[in-house]
Amino acid sequence: MADFEVPELKEEIAPPPVREGVTGHLKPFVADAKFQEPLGYPGELVDNWQEVAIAKMGELLGKYRSLRVFLDICVKCGACTDKCHYFLGTTDGNNMPVARQDLLRRVYRRYFTFAGKYFPKLVGAVDLTEEVLDQWYSYYHQCSQCRRCSVFCPYGIDTAEISMAAREIMDSVGKGQKYCNEIIGKVIKIGNNLGLPQPALADTLEGLEEEVKMDTGRDVRFPLDEKGAEVLLVTPSADFFAEPHVDGLIGYAKVFHQAGISWTLSSYASEAANFGMFIGSYENMRKLALRIREAALELGVKRIVFGECGHAWRVAYAFLNTLAGPFDFLDPKYPVPQHICEVTYDLIKRGALKLDPSANDHRRVTFHDSCNVARATRMGDFPGGQFVIPREILKSVCNHFYDMPADTIYDATFCCGGGGGLLTDDLIELRVKGALPRMEALKHVVEEYGVTHLVAICAICKSQFSKVLPYYGFEMDQILSLHQLVGDALVFEAQA
Amino acid sequence: MGTIEVNGKVLETDEEGYLQNLSDWSPEVAEYMAKQDGLELTENHWEVINFLREYYEEYQIAPAVRVLTKAIGKKLGPDKGNSKYLYELFPYGPAKQACKYAGLPKPTGCV
Repeated sequence: MADFEVPELKEEIAPPPVREGVTGHLKPFVADAKFQEPLGYPGELVDNWQEVAIAKMGELLGKYRSLRVFLDICVKCGACTDKCHYFLGTTDGNNMPVARQDLLRRVYRRYFTFAGKYFPKLVGAVDLTEEVLDQWYSYYHQCSQCRRCSVFCPYGIDTAEISMAAREIMDSVGKGQKYCNEIIGKVIKIGNNLGLPQPALADTLEGLEEEVKMDTGRDVRFPLDEKGAEVLLVTPSADFFAEPHVDGLIGYAKVFHQAGISWTLSSYASEAANFGMFIGSYENMRKLALRIREAALELGVKRIVFGECGHAWRVAYAFLNTLAGPFDFLDPKYPVPQHICEVTYDLIKRGALKLDPSANDHRRVTFHDSCNVARATRMGDFPGGQFVIPREILKSVCNHFYDMPADTIYDATFCCGGGGGLLTDDLIELRVKGALPRMEALKHVVEEYGVTHLVAICAICKSQFSKVLPYYGFEMDQILSLHQLVGDALVFEAQA
Repeated sequence: MGTIEVNGKVLETDEEGYLQNLSDWSPEVAEYMAKQDGLELTENHWEVINFLREYYEEYQIAPAVRVLTKAIGKKLGPDKGNSKYLYELFPYGPAKQACKYAGLPKPTGCV
């Protein structure tokens, strides 16, 4: 099945012996000019790339205080070394978070610190050579920006921020990543990651209305571009396109239907994901976020709700107001923006949804905390809501829920292995290996409690798992959308 | 970037072997690509490939999985209108492998 060695699942997640450079050969396709230029980056590596890169680094150090602190403050305590799923899965020493940071830190020291400028050898400072740039390209695309290492770092150094900065520097010299940059270009041009134009979206949604009507006999609508709706739902375009994502979308529609909330999708802002974050580009992130604001204004909605998408929720929860605010035209009674899980949880708590959890009795489920939701956001109005709310929903709709081991969930959750702009076939070896810790945790609950399904609230996690589960002896359809279980348990009451 | 040679014509592809130009496609291209993957194209494969091409022509995008399974179910019978069957036909995934044979660009995004 694979032309590389798939790691063996063990009982315990244990740090492997380090093998230097074994995944140095893994690097995603480089973006060519047609994907670079629409984003404002040079089409190919510029002649004076060293100069441009150092200038860009200087600019970022001035803009982001955190970056300079993170580069200065590491004391090499080693707490992070065995915390990265890519290190555990690949055993490559450069995938230890501290080593990954050092790739940039060494160059930072050389050009931006007194000691590095005059005594580089003493402080491990190095020149920015082509070899270093190649290493950056490889290992900053072996970081899914999941931030698990930062939870264990006594100083809270955030490797994600360092890898975002590295990617922005590489973009600025003309060495961008094809997967992310092609996708951002499509959102700018068409409105979503897939490049799904309005007529195709309308046709797809019409098909879903027919499907739900056949299954339930109810006229559950999937409205598109409907002015005056109360809610604008912004969801990852994978929800329109792929499985198991689409079953989650059907679940949201059923919830809105049963709660009597009028809602709409927008063909202009038909994407929740914001890959601008993955490449560390404030400008591109802002461009994508503004589409959501424009759509909300155009459609005259009162609320913005985000579907199941991990990093979209980070951008929405943490940055949306800065990027595209103020949202003073929305109803202040609701959080701006709101997560679909918050909507569903509130409705369940108020008794507004009639649920029959026995509809899911053929499933025994566990929940995968998506990295960006777990470590960069919150849900609800209490600390830890992002962990509690999805689980409470699951327990309301399914009688058999079992958590994976404590050191692999909540804020210690392991990334699916495909986050941060790495969900691309050219990195499949990395994706399979990076999924190792999560697969080990899953195996534990499968054996201990007979768990049949992993449930997630992120489009990347869902696609990644359906791809990598078979490498570890599981089935591709053992990953489900949380709102599929909600939709399946929902009892339709007579419509007023 | 790469090229493939079909019927004496050199065709441009991207890094993963998807055709760069839609108009370069011919049934022989699909046959050639399938052969590279060790697959023989049956009539049922062709139903999928032809539907993908028709849909793309109308909408400039590959169909969503539910649109595809529904259409194939209509053509080949309800027992075949599901992604399990499509994966039997195209083991690397209908969205990607079938699109490639049909000469369409690779679907992008979180899929």
